[in-house]
Amino acid sequence: MGGLIKSSIARKVAMALSGLFLVFFLLQHFTINFTSIFSADTFNELSHFMGTNPVVQFALQPVLIFGVVFHFVMGFVLEIKNKNARAVKYAKYNGGANASWMSRNMIYSGLVILAFLGLHFYDFWIPEMVHKYVEFAPEDPTRYYHELLEKFVSPVRTGLYVVSFVFLALHLWHGFASSFQSVGFNNKYSVGLTKFAKAFAIVIPLGFIIISLVLHFNHNH
Amino acid sequence: MSILDSKIPEGPLADKWTKHKNTINLVNPANKRNIDVIVVGTGLAGGSAAATLAELGYNVKTFCYQDSPRRAHSIAAQGGINASKNYQGDGDSDYRLFYDTVKGGDYRSREANVYRLAEVSGNIIDQCVAQGVPFAREYGGLLDNRSFGGVLVSRTFYAKGQTGQQLLLGAYSAMNRQINRGKIQPFNRHEMLDLVKVDGKARGIIARNLVTGEIERHSAHAVVLATGGYGNVFFLSTNAMGSNVMAAWRAHRRGAFFANPCYTQIHPTCIPVSGDHQSKLTLMSESLRNDGRIWVPKRKEDAEAIRAGKLKPTQLAEDERDYYLERRYPAFGNLVPRDVASRAAKERCDAGFGVNKTGEAVYLDFASAIQRYGSEKALTSGMENPSKEEITKLGEEVIENKYGNLFQMYEKIVDENPYKTPMMIYPAVHYTMGGLWVDYNLQTTVPGCYAAGEANFSDHGANRLGASALMQGLADGYFVLPYTIGDYLSHDIRTGEIPTDTPEFDQAEKDVKDRIQKLMGGSGTHSVDYYHKKLGKIMWNKCGMSRNEQGLKEAIEEIAALREDFWKNVKVPGTADSMNPELEKAGRVADFLELGELFAKDALNRNESCGGHFREESVEQEGEQKGEALRDDKNFKYVAAWEYKGEPKDAELHKEELTFENIELKTRSYK
Amino acid sequence: MNLTLKIWRQKDAKSQGKIVDYQISGIEGDMSFLEMLDVLNEDLINKGEEPVVFDHDCREGICGACSLQINGEPHGPDRLITTCQLHMRKFNDGDTIYIEPFRAKAFPVVKDLMVDRSAFDRIQQAGGYVSVNTSGNTIDANAIPIEKENADDAFAAATCIGCGACVAACKNASAMLFTSAKVSQFALLPQGQVEATERVLAMVNQMDEEGFGNCTNTGACEIECPKGISLENIARMNREYLKASLKG
Repeated sequence: MGGLIKSSIARKVAMALSGLFLVFFLLQHFTINFTSIFSADTFNELSHFMGTNPVVQFALQPVLIFGVVFHFVMGFVLEIKNKNARAVKYAKYNGGANASWMSRNMIYSGLVILAFLGLHFYDFWIPEMVHKYVEFAPEDPTRYYHELLEKFVSPVRTGLYVVSFVFLALHLWHGFASSFQSVGFNNKYSVGLTKFAKAFAIVIPLGFIIISLVLHFNHNH
Repeated sequence: MSILDSKIPEGPLADKWTKHKNTINLVNPANKRNIDVIVVGTGLAGGSAAATLAELGYNVKTFCYQDSPRRAHSIAAQGGINASKNYQGDGDSDYRLFYDTVKGGDYRSREANVYRLAEVSGNIIDQCVAQGVPFAREYGGLLDNRSFGGVLVSRTFYAKGQTGQQLLLGAYSAMNRQINRGKIQPFNRHEMLDLVKVDGKARGIIARNLVTGEIERHSAHAVVLATGGYGNVFFLSTNAMGSNVMAAWRAHRRGAFFANPCYTQIHPTCIPVSGDHQSKLTLMSESLRNDGRIWVPKRKEDAEAIRAGKLKPTQLAEDERDYYLERRYPAFGNLVPRDVASRAAKERCDAGFGVNKTGEAVYLDFASAIQRYGSEKALTSGMENPSKEEITKLGEEVIENKYGNLFQMYEKIVDENPYKTPMMIYPAVHYTMGGLWVDYNLQTTVPGCYAAGEANFSDHGANRLGASALMQGLADGYFVLPYTIGDYLSHDIRTGEIPTDTPEFDQAEKDVKDRIQKLMGGSGTHSVDYYHKKLGKIMWNKCGMSRNEQGLKEAIEEIAALREDFWKNVKVPGTADSMNPELEKAGRVADFLELGELFAKDALNRNESCGGHFREESVEQEGEQKGEALRDDKNFKYVAAWEYKGEPKDAELHKEELTFENIELKTRSYK
Repeated sequence: MNLTLKIWRQKDAKSQGKIVDYQISGIEGDMSFLEMLDVLNEDLINKGEEPVVFDHDCREGICGACSLQINGEPHGPDRLITTCQLHMRKFNDGDTIYIEPFRAKAFPVVKDLMVDRSAFDRIQQAGGYVSVNTSGNTIDANAIPIEKENADDAFAAATCIGCGACVAACKNASAMLFTSAKVSQFALLPQGQVEATERVLAMVNQMDEEGFGNCTNTGACEIECPKGISLENIARMNREYLKASLKG
């Protein structure tokens, strides 16, 4: 495995697989959050399950965290290696002529998403961990929706979330579709798959934006 | 009795090669490890020879001026490679391929060599397919063939319009395998500047590292020159910018005879010259003549109007056009051999009917083919009453499928859409049949110095048929040379490594360095290109498609004068001990300035018209063939091999009489 | 037309280089880009300066020698052609044109605009061949039929001219398109199957050792490739590599 990860293709595949894994997680996360805008009860129910189920908490959660960390550490490693592969830069480089902005700036969209993750952890994950595993506070299966609503009171935070989701869309626009190429999937189904991936890259972040805005305005209403 | 011994084996034609292989000496595998071979040039002939020799066990060093062996100019060959596989079942055989090649060469090649070429041709295809060369295939998965000019069977294997590229990459991959094994040491960006002889035998070369400017000595038990042709003596040709005669010419100066330098192939379908800035000419594949009709305006006024831009070719009606090939050669029409088509174009342009702004171009028109294919397609696809536009559209699609890449290339260069307006074409120098004289074993007159591919003279006579150059290059390199060189090397198993610190190497290196100093020391009046262009003009005007005694005599004088001026006044900037492309060019042009003179001398000597060599003094005077080339078998049925004697004008002629035991000599008629 | 040229000049591999400005006039639309540089060089020689060094040979778009990053794109703004086929009619009077060497750590500059692309040769030497002897004592060429589609795809991959535009265009200086074209050619043909596992591992390993960057699927290589080599080849190589890694 160590040897495998040394090769450029293995790194690329690892990047793709971890990305695909995160895309899958994103879909799951979105589905649960989406319930929040029409049914506080359903949202509470699902959140309670996720927050207390030992398989989710002690098996899936560490895997997810590993996936996230791996994806961005590998992203940095690749970026540094790739920068080094061209020691002297072009005086004039017309990158826009042959590749999309999204594909050329994954590191920047990725960095914004990483910063967002910091905020997001600070908002939800850390308080949650403290709540459960530091303070050992008693579980209230109906607390989730209110906690969620609290966070979207601030227009600044809501704005930051919205902006981050835009970058998420940019990152997914290139990343999702290109992960199939990385794992060697390029055939007659690729056109359809690419369309699906591009649609996903817009619909999911847009959905998150809608959720944020609905929660924000619901509360202020 | 000539001093030239062609060493053709005795016996019936078809058995000569087998018998020869059975009787020549071999080197045992253990001894091969102690023998070094230098291969200069890494095109089809050099690359395949290097790979095969290394595979046999010899230690091979390859040299090429390009940055990679893969870029040798064989890569530019478009059309295909002939082989007498008879996969089409159309009656092809080794004999037919042999016969077509000898006839196409206007009976100026060696029967035994050509027969051997035909004999190994099938093996080349097997070999290349095994290497993974992706030839074109039919839907059933078997290899496809196309037909080429001057023959009656379909024997040409191809890979779209990039056959040369695919074959060269095949040879290059075979080289790579040996490089990986450590049996080939590649010296890229290196140019051979001299041949080193020890005791009369070729024992090494002096080469310049083109990156550092360093002069290096390399020794070997034999030297193979596979350095291509000398078409660039004309400055403008379809050769690569770097193609040159230096290696062959240096060997000539060291004693290798130069054979038939005047045999040059001028290819009829090239993109015309557009101005003085032009640096090279681009070939459009001969296959275009299958569907294109060649014409010029019937009336001179129309030609003038077209040249002035007042008239468009599409405005001329059918009866205002002169389809001169169809008119003059009804039997072969637009598919006459290259030399005939080229001369006919020149004749029309000289008479004032040329169409480009320079007046040196004729039309190659696909309109009829588009209509014909369009109608066929409409019929087969069941369209009822198709409109003219629909037919044209369908026809253009068919043409695009067949020649798309060529049409695109034309449009990029000329900026005109060849689907809508006829292409303009004009002949250009393409290939040189002449080269270093070699015997049946491909050995030159310098023992241990071999020549393969276009660099030698042996197989194409006075004119080469389409798709035969690739065949010859690979035949020499894969199947001929590796056998025949063993016969020579079998005497060297006890020689041991050739030292490079000997007086012979000292002297050769000194000669090379002196020459470089001299080139760098010109008065600096004119650039190298200035001289090269001047030489090209003399060659094109006086030694081109049509030659006469007076012009050739003038050419000899003019080239000699130009050479003298060159050595006095050439300007080579930069230094000799660093990368210096101007210095490289200067060395090459200096040799062209000598070769050009020998070329003219040979053309003057050969007072007959044969193949690519057309002497105005030697034409049919009457009958159906009136005005066509007249060969003179009585006086010129020989190979003219020239021995270097100091100045090109002093070169001494040696004749190798050609004997034809299996083919009856006939007049080539395409009427 | 009159042009301002901004050309990278560098004495040799060890020296520092810099962009130097040149004015040039009398350029016609019919000239190729390299003929325009010929005119510049003729001027420089006549002025007693050293001409600009650049790689070129066949000048008909097939040898792969010519390179040049022109206004930030390999082989200039036109598509599916090499620099030698780029014509000056693509530019306008008064334009400023940046001319730089193909840049990658694995393509060190030799002089001015000329770079060393021997890394490509070494990738091929690592396994870009079928280990068959050149004796001709092999089976008949028609003994193994090959599906036309595969033969055509193999040909399309094999048309790579090894110019390095893919590396030059890639923001990561990755050589995946080049390497994958060769791997694909053999992967698509029965002749290439025997050594498929070792070939892809060895060639990718060599590619990595040469210091090329990683592929991030931007697709710039495919757009800039003068021969239109498809990204599908990269996917195929990824597949072949994964297969081989799991096997080997």
